[in-house]
Amino acid sequence: MSEEKNSGQGGVSDVMARAKAVLGPMGVLIHTHCQHGDDTLVVQAEDILKVMEFLREDKSLRFDMMMDLTAVDYLGAEEMHPYLKPMKARFEVVYHLYSIEKNHRIRVKVPLTEESPFVDSITGIWVGADWFEREAWDLYGVVFRGHPNLKRILLYEEFEGHPLRKDYGKMKRQPLIGPVN
Amino acid sequence: MDSIVSLITQPLVLELLITLVKIGFILGLTIGFFAPMLAWVERKQSAIMQDRVGANRAGVFGITVIGLLHSLADAIKLIFKEDFIPRGAERGLHTLAPVIAIIPSLVVFAVIPFGGQYTLWGHEVNLVIADLDVGLLYVFAIGSLATYGVVIAGWSSNNNWSLLGGLRASAQMFSYEVTMGLTVIGLVMFYQSLSLVDIVAKQENFWHWGIIWHFPAFVLFLGCAVAENKRVPFDAPEAEAELVAGYFTEYSGMKFVMFWTAEFLEMVSISGMCVALFLGGHHIPFVTQKFLLTAFGDLLGQDIGAVVVMLIGVGVFITKLVILLVLQMTIRWTMPRFRYDQIMKLGWKMILPLSLCWIFLVGVGILTGVMPRP
Amino acid sequence: MREEDKERGYDFHKASHTETMTINMGPSHPATHGTVKFFLTLDGETIEDIDVEIGYLHRAFEKECEAQKWNGVFPYTDRLDYTASVLNNVGYAMAAEKLIGIEVPERCKYLRTMISEMARMSGHYTNVGAGALELGALTAFIYFIEARELLWDLIESICGARLTHNYVRIGGLTNDLPDGFRENVKRVFAKNRKLWDDFDIMLTKNRIFLDRMRDTGGISQKDAIAWGFTGPCLRAAGVPYDVRRAQPYLMYDRMNFDIPVGSTGDNFDRYLVRMEEIKQSMSIVEQCLEQMPEGPINVDDARWRMPSKDDSSTKMEPLIFHFKQIIEGQSIPAGEAYQAVEGANGELGFYLVSNGGGKPWKCRVRPPSFALTSALPLLVKGSMLADLIPTFDMINLIGGECDR
Repeated sequence: MSEEKNSGQGGVSDVMARAKAVLGPMGVLIHTHCQHGDDTLVVQAEDILKVMEFLREDKSLRFDMMMDLTAVDYLGAEEMHPYLKPMKARFEVVYHLYSIEKNHRIRVKVPLTEESPFVDSITGIWVGADWFEREAWDLYGVVFRGHPNLKRILLYEEFEGHPLRKDYGKMKRQPLIGPVN
Repeated sequence: MDSIVSLITQPLVLELLITLVKIGFILGLTIGFFAPMLAWVERKQSAIMQDRVGANRAGVFGITVIGLLHSLADAIKLIFKEDFIPRGAERGLHTLAPVIAIIPSLVVFAVIPFGGQYTLWGHEVNLVIADLDVGLLYVFAIGSLATYGVVIAGWSSNNNWSLLGGLRASAQMFSYEVTMGLTVIGLVMFYQSLSLVDIVAKQENFWHWGIIWHFPAFVLFLGCAVAENKRVPFDAPEAEAELVAGYFTEYSGMKFVMFWTAEFLEMVSISGMCVALFLGGHHIPFVTQKFLLTAFGDLLGQDIGAVVVMLIGVGVFITKLVILLVLQMTIRWTMPRFRYDQIMKLGWKMILPLSLCWIFLVGVGILTGVMPRP
Repeated sequence: MREEDKERGYDFHKASHTETMTINMGPSHPATHGTVKFFLTLDGETIEDIDVEIGYLHRAFEKECEAQKWNGVFPYTDRLDYTASVLNNVGYAMAAEKLIGIEVPERCKYLRTMISEMARMSGHYTNVGAGALELGALTAFIYFIEARELLWDLIESICGARLTHNYVRIGGLTNDLPDGFRENVKRVFAKNRKLWDDFDIMLTKNRIFLDRMRDTGGISQKDAIAWGFTGPCLRAAGVPYDVRRAQPYLMYDRMNFDIPVGSTGDNFDRYLVRMEEIKQSMSIVEQCLEQMPEGPINVDDARWRMPSKDDSSTKMEPLIFHFKQIIEGQSIPAGEAYQAVEGANGELGFYLVSNGGGKPWKCRVRPPSFALTSALPLLVKGSMLADLIPTFDMINLIGGECDR
């Protein structure tokens, strides 16, 4: 597990301290950082359900709301995070959680390789993650295992490829639309 | 020449001619005047209510006549529009439906008196096309036919939205037909007649007007009337936001105009009923027809005086009609719309019991003499 | 009753020879205005099942942003929630500033707060007015459209645009207030308050409106949180979560405003919450104008702000900076940041990733109406077809924001 110091702010937030105290010994954390005051945990894909359940149920954390779920493609920019290269990871699924009760936020990231972009669906923990996961599948091709209805949401069924991947050219044409105007 | 004059003076032919003139007057008044004028009034009134300018564009050589020409422009546009019948539609019924919808609202006018009885040059002229003894029953019988037009339109269009609109319309119109019939029972008991001419005649004295003795029935009747016409807030069958346009979604061109005109005509005919039943028809409050006839007769001679009184009567009738129409339009531009089940609930659970109660009260009133019959 | 029937093996539909009707509502439907399709299964008028299909307004916002310079993204953010477009500008600018680690001058913060609230008012006017329109109350709708037009006149006098304002820049704003702005605000707000009262009289205590809105599309507090509800819809369910209060940004910690909270989470509460928020926003705008100090509106750091037009056309250094900013973009340090602002519909979050280049590596927007729309089946299943209309209105799906 690697750790990056807070940039600018000294000290570790309560959220981070608590998360590290519990998740650290479980051996699921790859990396943590607190850039610009956003507490971030990086965890293994296979541990995501365990981590999320802990974050939601823990008395002092209580992350009852899944604010945002998206993915990032780091193709050609793997050096941006120290853990991406060693893991041969290309994608990261990014979860933003918020606790209404405690009024704090956390970001959880899951690095995924190009060969196996699989991660467990968290719809069982937050039902609201349903469409967000469909969107990440639609645009990045990340597969959420256990999702009840994993199909395209913003694009149409016949769409080929996943357009937000960095190797999908901005001007690429789709077969239904035809090669050039 | 002499033969023509002698033909015209034949009593039967004269009777026929007078009736034709009356029919022509009514048709001209409703289709030629009220339908386009209402379209204009509706636009202008809503514009005033909504702090807008409203229709003022259509014009000939820059003369716009405060937007009056819009009705003309609309008519020209709609006549030349493509008449579209969707694939899979029942062609015959699809064409027939607007006709079925518009005819009843015109035919109803036959029994609505738009003036009184006058003697002109020795002839009895009764300003109603047909003085039926069962005028009220006729109105309801014919009125319920209009439902078929709407239902057939909804079904024959081969469109689910139309079907839903037709379903809603049939349920709503049948329900309010029943309740509307019951709201006027009290009046029939009070005036002891089913003939609208009789009922109007008995309202010569202002204190015998329907609205004085039957105000609750008036309110209920007006509510039913708006519901029967499927206008806001009762426009669930054509609810734009829910059913696109309801039963006339698949209509265009002149057929669309017929539905649209039918709506205005129904409004006029029902308002005419309302004037005849509750607002004393052509009578002016506190002024008897006899007084007018003598006054104008002394001034202008017997026959000319009668003509003037007749015109005054028709004018008064139209004025009352217009007041009711403006009232309905004000409602239309003020209210949001009911949900379909709320309309049914209102009809069956509120207006129906209330009108039954009113019948009972009128009965008690008449028996105990609290309500002296005219 | 139906459950018992099932146990006895009695199928009501079969016995009465009825069947359900499937019907496409949208995308070309007056209520969905081209932005969404509902695939409905109707039993008479009751919605048995609903499948919501979005994406009709998808225009590759994120892909497009990744091809733009940092400042070039602003016009795209305008088109997210186009009824309240400055809010998106502000959210994106703040996320980028968080990534850089700069703080804008106080006057700029006041101005951003003020125009955010104007945008919120515009968003709520549109939403509540359109809600009334789709229930058939055209007059009420026009009242709020008039109020919105007057408000847009104000915004236009600041930044020159009415709908897509493109007013904010990283590190500052494009323009300061014009002369006579305060008097105009006074005049417009007086009229707006009057229109608000008229609207209120026409609808809030109208029995028909009440019956249509009350007890329709309701959601419990627990469900609302689980489905990721934010903004007026969450507050209507009784959760007083508002980013402006929970994590104050800009000048909201100095503003005195109330957060209206509903109790039932139904459409009527959503309507009431929005109506009250319009009033609160007006008061915030007035407070901003009262407290606003004089001063610069851009950061005093040439790397992060566009040089003024006067400077860049007369001086050498600003010209070079201007050229480099347009051609290469600002080199925002590598990193990632999430910044949430309270949008008109709820929490509007921007998650930016920079690799140190002139373009965003990733520009994610957390659209509040996306989460709200995903819960629509829960809200309308089992209710009548007509209830879908007010629920869908009060959810306030903005195609630009939901589909991006």
